[in-house]
Amino acid sequence: MKDISCKLLVIGAGPGGYVCAIRAGQLGIDTVIVEAAKPGGTCLNVGCIPSKALIHAADEFHRLSGYQSGTDPLGISLASPQIDLKKTIAWKDRIVGRLNTGVAGLLKKARVKSVEGHARFRDGKTVVVATETGDQVIRAEEIVIATGSAPVELPSLPFGGPVISSTDALALKSVPETLAVVGGGYIGLELGTAFAKLGARVTVVEALPRILPLYDAELTRPVAKRLEALGIAVMTDAKAKGLAKSGDALVVETADGEEKRIEADKVLVTVGRRPATEGWGLDEIDLDMDGRFIRIDDQCRTSMRGIYAIGDVTGEPMLAHRAMAQGEMVAELVAGHRRSWDKRSIPAVCFTDPEIVSAGLSPEEARKGGREVKIGQFPFSANGRAMTLQSEDGFVRVVARADNHLVLGIQAVGAGVSELSAAFSLAIEMGARLEDIAGTIHAHPTQSEGFQEAALKALGHALHI
Amino acid sequence: MAEHVIKLPDVGEGVAEAELVEWTVKVGDVVREDDVLAAVMTDKATVEIPSPVEGEVKWLGAEIGETVAVGSPIVKIETGSKSGASDDGPSDASNDEPTPAAAEVRPVGDAPAKKAETEASVSPGGKEQKKEEAGKERSGQSARNEDAGGSDGTKSVNAGKTSIATGAPRAAGEKPLASPAVRQRARDAGVDLRQVHGTGPAGRIGHDDLDAFIARGPQAAAASGLARKDGVEDIKVVGLRRRIAEKMALAKSRIPHITYVEEVDVTALEDLRAKLNGEKRTERPKLTLLPFLMRAMVKAVGEQPGLNATFDDDAGIIHRHAAVHIGIAAQTPGGLMVPVVRHAEARDLFDCAAEAARLADAARDGSATREELTGSTITITSLGAMGGVVTTPVINHPEVAIVGVNKMMMRPVWDGDRFVPRKMMNLSSSFDHRVVDGWDAAVFVQRLKALLETPALLFVET
Repeated sequence: MKDISCKLLVIGAGPGGYVCAIRAGQLGIDTVIVEAAKPGGTCLNVGCIPSKALIHAADEFHRLSGYQSGTDPLGISLASPQIDLKKTIAWKDRIVGRLNTGVAGLLKKARVKSVEGHARFRDGKTVVVATETGDQVIRAEEIVIATGSAPVELPSLPFGGPVISSTDALALKSVPETLAVVGGGYIGLELGTAFAKLGARVTVVEALPRILPLYDAELTRPVAKRLEALGIAVMTDAKAKGLAKSGDALVVETADGEEKRIEADKVLVTVGRRPATEGWGLDEIDLDMDGRFIRIDDQCRTSMRGIYAIGDVTGEPMLAHRAMAQGEMVAELVAGHRRSWDKRSIPAVCFTDPEIVSAGLSPEEARKGGREVKIGQFPFSANGRAMTLQSEDGFVRVVARADNHLVLGIQAVGAGVSELSAAFSLAIEMGARLEDIAGTIHAHPTQSEGFQEAALKALGHALHI
Repeated sequence: MAEHVIKLPDVGEGVAEAELVEWTVKVGDVVREDDVLAAVMTDKATVEIPSPVEGEVKWLGAEIGETVAVGSPIVKIETGSKSGASDDGPSDASNDEPTPAAAEVRPVGDAPAKKAETEASVSPGGKEQKKEEAGKERSGQSARNEDAGGSDGTKSVNAGKTSIATGAPRAAGEKPLASPAVRQRARDAGVDLRQVHGTGPAGRIGHDDLDAFIARGPQAAAASGLARKDGVEDIKVVGLRRRIAEKMALAKSRIPHITYVEEVDVTALEDLRAKLNGEKRTERPKLTLLPFLMRAMVKAVGEQPGLNATFDDDAGIIHRHAAVHIGIAAQTPGGLMVPVVRHAEARDLFDCAAEAARLADAARDGSATREELTGSTITITSLGAMGGVVTTPVINHPEVAIVGVNKMMMRPVWDGDRFVPRKMMNLSSSFDHRVVDGWDAAVFVQRLKALLETPALLFVET
C-alpha cells in the first residue's frame, strides 16, 4: 500500500479531532484523519448525543405516565402509555447515524482525507494504520493526538454480563426491572434517572458523602430531591464490593460498614473516564505526562515538537466542547496563525432532572482566589415562566468580584437551564459586570429572566423577590 | 423652594482667607447633607467644606486657585420646599447669619491643632494622644468619604479611590479583560494585551483601546529618533505649589542672602553612627546624619542665639527664641514641605531621629497637622544622596538661618604628609544678611564643623 504524506494528521475523529480536521481543511491544510470506529467519537456515538436522546424519550414517557391517574392539575388524562425500548434505541441510532454521516460529509467537504483503522505511532512523524486492507503508513509534518477517553472499569466489577458501562446502557433492548448505578457523577445520574423514568427500580451507590461531588451542595439539592421523588434510592458513603454469587444483586458496603445486597438485573458502572493513552504507541514517542494525561502547554503542544494533543487525553474537564475549541485552535496554529488558550469559561452541563449548568467559578472557588465576592441568587419559584412549566425548582446564581462587579461565575439548576449556558458563557467571556447583565433586557416570560434578576440581586435591588 | 447660601466658614486660627483647591460638586449636582462640597487650603492644611443642607447646587462662587475671604459666599444650594422654607429664610437674610457651616468644618489632618495649641509644651504623652486623635479623625474622614461616594448619584471627586461606578483599574499581574474578538485581533496583530490599557468598565480592553495601542506603537518606536515637538502645556499653580511659590518669592525678595559653604570631615562621625546603628537595639531608631546635625545646631545656637531667631521686618523686631524648633525641608508627592521638630533642645539624639522620621512620613502621606508644619525657628535642608556639591538654600522666611546639607563623598585630603581618603561633606548655609553679619555666619558654621568633626563634643555638657 502506498504511503501517504500530509501536512497534518489527526488521530481520532471525536469532537476534538473532527473539528480540528475540518478547520484545518478550511484553512487549506493537507489533512488526514484516522478513526477506528465511526466518526464522532464517544460524544456522538456513545455519549452526549445518544444519552440525551434516551433522556428525552424517558422524559416523554414519564410525563405521559403521570397523566394516567386522571388527577393531573393540567386536567389531562390518558390510558397507560407503553414503551418499546427497541424502537426507542433504533430511533436514537438513526439520530447517531445521521450525525455520523453529517460529520463524514463535513470532513469530505473540507477536503480532509479519512482513513479507517487503528493508528499506531512508529515515530514522531510516522503513524501506521491497521486498515481492513492492510497497514497504511502515514507521514505527517504535524500530528494531533485526539484519542479521547474510555469508561473506567472497577476491578471488583469488570464489564460483562450484568455489569455494563454507559455505552452498553445506551444499547439495552429492554428496560431492566432493577438497576444499580455505581457512581453518582453526572453520567450515572443522567442514565439512572432516565431508566427510573422508564420504569426501572434504580439504586445509586456513591462512595463519597454526596452525589455530584464536583458541584456544591446548594446546586445539587434540587437534583437530590427529584431523585427521591422518582423513587431512586441513593446510597452515599457506600462502596460497591462486587456482584453477589447469584449474579442478580450487587453487594455494597454501607457507611456503617454493613454489607448489603441490592437487587439488580443490571449494574451500571459510571465511576469516571480515563484518558485513552494505550494501544496507539505512546511508548514510541515518550511524551511528558501530567498524571494520567498527556502534558500540554497553552497551545496544546506536547513535549515533542510537531505533536499536539487535544481533548480528554489532555485532562479535565473531559468535555466535548473543550476538545472542539482546542481542535480549532490547533488547526489555526498549524496554519501559522497566532493562537493560544485564553478561554475564561468552559461551561459544564448535567442533564439530570433538573439540569445543572456551571460556567466560570463557583462561590467557593472565587473566594479561594482571595477576593471578596458578591453573590446573587434568584429562585425559579419567583419566575412566572417556570411556574407555567411546572418547574419551579432551582435557581440562577451569579458570582462577581465585590470591587468592580466583574462576573466570575454563573451557575443554575432548573428545568431546561442547559440552554442558558450560552448566555452564561458569553457573559464571562465578554468580561461582563453585574451591571451589564442587569442592564440587558431579558425577554418576558422566560426562565432567562432569572439570570438578570440574580445580577440585580447581587447589586442589591432585585425586583421580583 | 429656597436658596441656601454657604459661606466660607472660619477655618480656624484667625485665618482671614483660604485658597479654594478643589470643587467636589458642580452646578446642577444634587447634594445631601454632609456631602463634601469643596476643599480649601489654609496655610498648609486642607479643610473640607461639607454641605449643611440637602438640595441642588445652583452657583459656585470661586474658581480653583482663587483666594476666598472667610465669610464670603461660595456655594448656593436650592433646597427642597419642605426643609428649605422652614430652615432658611430668603437669601439676603441668610447672608447676615453667622456662617452656617462654621460649626461643622471638618479639617483634614489638622483636627487636633486647636487642642494642641492649648498645651504649653509637648510632652511625650501629649504627642501620643495627638497622634491617636489624628489617626481617628483621618479614618473617620475616609469612611465618610466612602459613604458619600456610594450613597447616591452624587459624585465625590474627592473620594480618592476610584468608585465602583467607573471600575477599578486592572491590578498588576491580573489577566487582561477583553472579549474573545479583541483577544484574537490582538494575537493576530502580535499585541500582548497585558501591555494594553483598558478604558472599559472594570478595565476591560475594547477594540478602541487596541486600535489606540496599535496606532501608538510605531510612533513609540520612532521616538528613539529625533522629532520636533510643538505645543505648550498650561498648568495652573494652585495649592501647595502656589504656597511654595509665594513663600520663596517672599524670602528672596525681602531677604538679602549670604551663603557660606564649608567642608566637614565626617569620617569620625560616620564611624560613630555605624557603631550606634550596629547595636541594633529595636527601641532605637536608625540614625542618619540628620539628628547629629540637629544636636550640633542646638549647641551652636546656644552660643549664638541671634541665629535661632525670626525677623519681623515690618515691625523691625528680631524675636530670639529660647526653644529650638528645627524645620526639616522634605520632598513630598505634593512638593516641598517643612515639618518641624519642636523643642530639639529638649530631645536627645535618638528622640531627634525618631521625631524627624515620624514627621517626614507624616508630611509625605499628607497626615501632618498644621502644628507640625509651622513654627520653626531655624531650618535644615538636605537633598540626601542627590545633595550635590553646593546649594544656595533659600531662607525659610521669617527665619534668619538655614543649613543645607550636601552629599557626603570620599575625597582625598592632604594630611600634611600625604593624601588620605576621608568622608567629606559640605554644608551650604544661608543667612539673612540684614541681621546676621558674615563673621557671625562663619563662626556658626565653623562651630558646626568642629562639633561634627569631633562628635564627642556633641555629648559634652557645657
